[in-house]
Amino acid sequence: MKIHIPTPLRQYTGGQQTVTVGGASIGEALQGLTTNYPELRNHLYTGEGKLRSFVNIYLNDDDIRYLPEKDATKTGDSDELTIIPSIAGGSEIC
Amino acid sequence: MLRLSQADYDALRAHGEETYPHECCGVLLGKGGVDGNHVHQIVRAGNTRTDRAHDRYNIAPEELIRVQRQARGLGLDIVGFYHSHPDHPAQWSKTDFEEAHWVGCSYIITMIDKGKATVTNSFLLTGTSEEDKKFLDEQVEVLAGEVGSAKENVQA
Repeated sequence: MKIHIPTPLRQYTGGQQTVTVGGASIGEALQGLTTNYPELRNHLYTGEGKLRSFVNIYLNDDDIRYLPEKDATKTGDSDELTIIPSIAGGSEIC
Repeated sequence: MLRLSQADYDALRAHGEETYPHECCGVLLGKGGVDGNHVHQIVRAGNTRTDRAHDRYNIAPEELIRVQRQARGLGLDIVGFYHSHPDHPAQWSKTDFEEAHWVGCSYIITMIDKGKATVTNSFLLTGTSEEDKKFLDEQVEVLAGEVGSAKENVQA
């Protein structure tokens, strides 16, 4: 399946904006991604292995955090994952 | 250095005036290079922080994904973002910094003073990780002769 890489993380995929990985589930696809591009791991996951809070991953149009089976959701070759860091801010000082 | 057309520069400032006293936000599409980011198109986005839009902004990930698809179709990349600071200086805040995660991208901030756009600044997010990221002041070059293409984001 295809995984779309956001601009700031392309330096870790050899400049590729889209990579293709194998795997029958979201978890397997993401495992394949970080195996092929190990430098990505620290940018996607915390030291405890949890997805960083500001990293959003969508399976087609669905946030994987809200899928009933989450990482175990089955995927096919025509599915696409998109990694999209959050964008927010504001004028007030915290 | 950040380069953008006069039309896009004017459009993002006008966006901040339109949404005053709330913050506006949008995405910069273009190309990055060794000499900085070059904006080819700006895309307006909705501010989902309706609870406190006067001093916060957030772009829904679903909207970002649509914009990223749009960029791919145009052969462009997301090279930055813009937002406004109603009645606050055009300087990044602690909140802006903590919520900035797009290393290599430009973050444009426009001060809207009593409804009128005044200063516009850009900051380049640099670093290699969340732990060592920082904002650098970035020179903005407005290209008077270039045609801009500000667009409303079309809902899918």
